[in-house]
Amino acid sequence: MTFFAAEGLTINFGGIRAVDAVSFDVRQGEVFTIIGPNGAGKTTIFNLISRIYDPTAGRLIFEGRDITRVPPHRIAAMGIARTFQNIELFEHATLLDNLLLARHAHKQSGFLGEMLFLPSVRRMEIEHREAVEKVIDFLDLQQYRDAYIVNLPYGVRKVTELARALCTAPKLLLLDEPSSGLNVEETEDMAFWIEDIQKLLGITILMVEHDMKLVSAVSDRVLALNYGQPLATGTPQEVQSHPEVIRAYLGG
Amino acid sequence: MRFLFKTSYEQDIRLFRDRVAAGWYALLALAVVLLPTVLSGYYVGEITWVFIYGICGVSLMVLVGYTGLLSLGHAAFLGIGAYAHAYFLHHGFPWLASLGLAILISTVCGIVVGLPALRMTGIYLAIATLAFGVIIQEVFTRWESVTHGFAGMAVEKPVIFGIPLGSDSAFYYLCAALLAVTLWLTRNLLRAPTGRAWIAIRDSEIAAQSMGVNLAVYKSIAFAYSAALMGLAGALFAHKIAYLAPDIFTILLSIQLLLLVIVGGLGSLHGAVFGAVFVALLPPIIAILRDSIPATLSDVAGTTGIALVGTVGRVIGDFLKKPGVEAGIFGLILVLVILLEPLGMYGRWVKIKLYFSTFPLYKRNTFRRQKSYMRSERLR
Repeated sequence: MTFFAAEGLTINFGGIRAVDAVSFDVRQGEVFTIIGPNGAGKTTIFNLISRIYDPTAGRLIFEGRDITRVPPHRIAAMGIARTFQNIELFEHATLLDNLLLARHAHKQSGFLGEMLFLPSVRRMEIEHREAVEKVIDFLDLQQYRDAYIVNLPYGVRKVTELARALCTAPKLLLLDEPSSGLNVEETEDMAFWIEDIQKLLGITILMVEHDMKLVSAVSDRVLALNYGQPLATGTPQEVQSHPEVIRAYLGG
Repeated sequence: MRFLFKTSYEQDIRLFRDRVAAGWYALLALAVVLLPTVLSGYYVGEITWVFIYGICGVSLMVLVGYTGLLSLGHAAFLGIGAYAHAYFLHHGFPWLASLGLAILISTVCGIVVGLPALRMTGIYLAIATLAFGVIIQEVFTRWESVTHGFAGMAVEKPVIFGIPLGSDSAFYYLCAALLAVTLWLTRNLLRAPTGRAWIAIRDSEIAAQSMGVNLAVYKSIAFAYSAALMGLAGALFAHKIAYLAPDIFTILLSIQLLLLVIVGGLGSLHGAVFGAVFVALLPPIIAILRDSIPATLSDVAGTTGIALVGTVGRVIGDFLKKPGVEAGIFGLILVLVILLEPLGMYGRWVKIKLYFSTFPLYKRNTFRRQKSYMRSERLR
């Protein structure tokens, strides 16, 4: 069974073809990275997968099911979580509330039950809290638990995004430039966490990243894009030495 | 300084933070219960307004403060609740049934208004709700078989299970109890997934969606719940003013309700109640000052022999008697609050509380916000 695959994925914005017949497949348990110069369509692919955009053509397959027309809010419940390049946290809520919101896809309570805060709702809240606390421990966010996001430094927000995505208990994690805006040390931490997420939690990772050091450290396979078109797929070393990729980055 | 040690997850979802907080709320409840025994009927009546506006405040707080949807037509829901309640009471429905129907009709209207709201945000939504408010006001004027148009409509006194609750103090307790229930239900929603989904929609729709929040459903729920509370407040409002006319439920009332939540502090239930205190009590306070300032100052002038003091008092009194002064003062306070304390009265309250709980280590910068220009390209 295909774990995740994009088949001939295409999207037009007016006259611009941002993603042009891109096909790739992600195997269960691997770290798959998409690289490419600015405007290559990397984040657009993420937005297609999380169903924010409707593809003009092509199909998305997840665990053998066609998810091309699944509404965006159902994606999380199916087991796909994502982070955002420009941090889309709920700024005027505490870190804890941000992470608890990520449990939304697993909620089982109804409106009336919540309005009366029935014992079943209370029990579910405690269960969600336990799930969230595991992630907080995993990513060392204990000291920021009750802080409002607006008051947190950028690096911590970046980790919080990762934590929020993990709280949805995903099978496939989409990381949109996890190292952007982080200093070298924080990027190193990020590399360890990505490895741990893959090895310890067994979550498959699909990542967009510019930092080639991080890419070669954690990726199993890499896809290079340019102007919406796939250039090469392979191990990080193969792709980095591919003549087309070098031409796309350096010109010529 | 006081430290709060957390030993169980239960602690974070409790209604009250700890015993001390619960104690303060108990004291407040006791004060509310005892007030009518010491205050005169006039003041009891004015404080009843605080409770009614408090329910309005919670209603608008859910929509504006928590879900981030702006409404400039909430007086219409208040009117729908008021007219429906008055109509059903007039046609012999029991009080509770009439109240239930009023809330139901208001809720349905809320869902209907909420549907286009799913596609609109910000200023466009404000305009749409403004239009809704104007339309409903026109309906109140023209639908004479139900609302009696400009002739107005008398509202019967509340009688629950044969117990008349029309007296000042009985109605005071009724409104206080309903506000308490409203606060309790809303607090429950806010500490459950629904409340978090609302906050998520307010702060980032795109992220909320990716985390599994169905935007259409939760925006509709927010609109419906807000309209339901407005319907409840409308029914009490009808009893309080005793005589309904279409020119009560105007845009100005909608704006006053919006002012209530902004001055109170967006994004907190405390703010809804603080705002209600402000909106309900400022007019009577102005009225009292209007008479007492000239009187006191002329007394002072009489005893000290300085005629100027008496003149100043008369000038202030005359100024306060001018039409539109009340609206002007409201407007001035709104501007000052937005400039100086964007989190409203609740924000100030939090600062004062923190000042005392961390004394003498309070740092002003705790509440300073870092300017951030990170969100240049937001997904739409």
